[in-house]
Amino acid sequence: MKTSQPDAGGHFGDFGGKYIPETLMPAVAELEECYFDAKNDPEFMNTLAHFLKNYVGRPTPLTFASRLSDFLGIKIYLKREDLAHTGAHKINAALAQGLLAKRMGKRRVIAETGAGQHGVATATVCALLDLDCVIYMGEEDILRQSLNVFRMKLLGAEVRAVDSGSRTLKDATNEAIRDWVTNVRDTYYIIGSVVGPHPYPMMVRDFQSIIGKEAREQILTEIGQLPSICLACVGGGSNAIGLFYPFLEDDVRLIGIEAAGQGLNAKHAATISKGSPGILHGARSFLLQDNWGQVIEAHSISAGLDYPGVGPEHSWLKVNERAEYYSITDLEALEGLKLLSETEGIIPALETSHAVAFLSKIASELNSDDVVILNVSGRGDKDMSTVANTLGVADGS
Amino acid sequence: MNFSSDLNTSDRISEMFRKLKNESRPALIPFVPAGWPEFDATIDIVKTVEKAGADAIELGLPFSDPLADGVTNQNAYYEAIQQGTNTSTVLETVSLLRKEGIEFPIIVMGYFNPIFTYGSARWVKDAKEAGVDALIVVDLPPGESNELESAAKNSGLHLIYLVAPTSNPERLRHVANYASGFLYCVSLTGTTGARSELSSELPDFIHRVSEYVDLPLAIGFGISERKHVEEVGKLADAAIIGSAFVRTISEASLEERSIEIVKFIRQMKGEDSDFS
Ligand SMILES: Cc1ncc(COP(=O)(O)O)c(C=O)c1O
Repeated sequence: MKTSQPDAGGHFGDFGGKYIPETLMPAVAELEECYFDAKNDPEFMNTLAHFLKNYVGRPTPLTFASRLSDFLGIKIYLKREDLAHTGAHKINAALAQGLLAKRMGKRRVIAETGAGQHGVATATVCALLDLDCVIYMGEEDILRQSLNVFRMKLLGAEVRAVDSGSRTLKDATNEAIRDWVTNVRDTYYIIGSVVGPHPYPMMVRDFQSIIGKEAREQILTEIGQLPSICLACVGGGSNAIGLFYPFLEDDVRLIGIEAAGQGLNAKHAATISKGSPGILHGARSFLLQDNWGQVIEAHSISAGLDYPGVGPEHSWLKVNERAEYYSITDLEALEGLKLLSETEGIIPALETSHAVAFLSKIASELNSDDVVILNVSGRGDKDMSTVANTLGVADGS
Repeated sequence: MNFSSDLNTSDRISEMFRKLKNESRPALIPFVPAGWPEFDATIDIVKTVEKAGADAIELGLPFSDPLADGVTNQNAYYEAIQQGTNTSTVLETVSLLRKEGIEFPIIVMGYFNPIFTYGSARWVKDAKEAGVDALIVVDLPPGESNELESAAKNSGLHLIYLVAPTSNPERLRHVANYASGFLYCVSLTGTTGARSELSSELPDFIHRVSEYVDLPLAIGFGISERKHVEEVGKLADAAIIGSAFVRTISEASLEERSIEIVKFIRQMKGEDSDFS
């Protein structure tokens, strides 16, 4: 297993690359140059570290989940990205990219969002750094994540509703790219996950890998050994790769959980489990598509996982068998949400709930001394109306 | 710089530009998605386009996520897919067009995923057999797909690359190394869609491009009026008209469609009495 990926063209094995209109090619080259330059600039890295500590609230805790551990008969540690400012891991990469936008002299920022967490994180960073902010969001997601829409507007962002296609994350991304193609000279596109053309998958991974870096140090300090499993949900894959990356060379199982939606034979978003290689949004990766290469609309109860693509590095980890990918249905995820809420007093995002549900499903196959780090990618406030509508408010009370 | 001329001296694309040299006007190339507005509409549309005096046709290979296209083409692609248009039916249509005696160049324009899924080498082989002369892949910059590039080169199918107003000398040099047939100059930074004015940067941009490339230049994106075609004629060798043509077709009733197409093309060529 080599961590030197991607190659100079942004390829993780056969995956990744830059499949974008020529208009954008100079922009991604400029971004790559600026990113490498910033990474080697102590002043930039100090500024980032300063904001991560004093604004985002890092390091986030690694919480031993004692009641859940007892209940499932394994040792479970929770990496608490839900406690990061704005309530999810998305702020890590949004903040760093906001600083890059500043460094590149771009006044205007655009972003796509599904669950609204990336949109909120981006709007927050733009308020902090005094940047103009436009967020693209599918109409379907605007309905189911209305709390986050309200937050974005309060933060001074303009939220543009996208009514094409499935009216979810895929279409919001199409629209953001169209904006980018049009305004590329003065606009920075803050992509919310490890997707898109090179250098985004690499760059967002690097920014998110602070999750795994902290978790690795914390677990070593806490119990003096590495975990046996690192577990995270996978939409585009940024919180998962952020946790996995610092453990790639270790003898640790890396498990990503996709959304099985209404079931793998019905509508779902299990891209790696059920998709095939294809090209979407600037990169080659696994993709949900029909026999003719038309992208299939995904489905998940969780807006952040409702995406027919996945980051190219995950596809590469999958074909190299370095990471494992499984899926969890909408209904199982709701059970996961209740389980973590009731045992630990932590209401996780519906995205995270997929990973929780998977853990409870496989716990009986694990040993009592197995140690699992579960990435709590975000908190569940944004999902309360969806959960209430599905479970019934009475059930939640 | 390019390998098309030595490999393929008598292909339809080169022939078209050679003939136009004497006419001192740009080639007029309308774009329409294949399998649209009705699944079987393409044969009649292309016949009419050729008869009306256009110099080539660009057929859109529909894709579910056309991220370089504006709303007009997005909607047309969506409808075409709903009606069952796919990579195979597009090639069958081209085959049929050739059987029906269509002589002018047929250029397929699309996004990479449908071609990748079909198999790049297989697509090139089948397209060549069907009678396709050139392929434009909007989201495939030169150098990203060896398989498609070498298949196209070996079979003499022109892979048409694009340059944009944002292209710097480094990119122009890179693209020029791969270009074949002609170069597609995107007139503006943006998506497809009819505009009322051409970009004021256009002359400068085209001037920069011609320093690096000595292939024929086509200009596309945003062209919607006769005066745009005239401007293009002063700068380049071909005008590609997409959304404005798509809109003309979608606004015409089925009975009037042929008449409207002829009117549109004659008007763009300046043959309409109002414009001559
Ligand atoms: C809380 C939370 N977790 C996970 C995700 C999925 O994204 P990724 O797979 O990039 O971590 C999202 C996306 O919106 C999210 O908000």
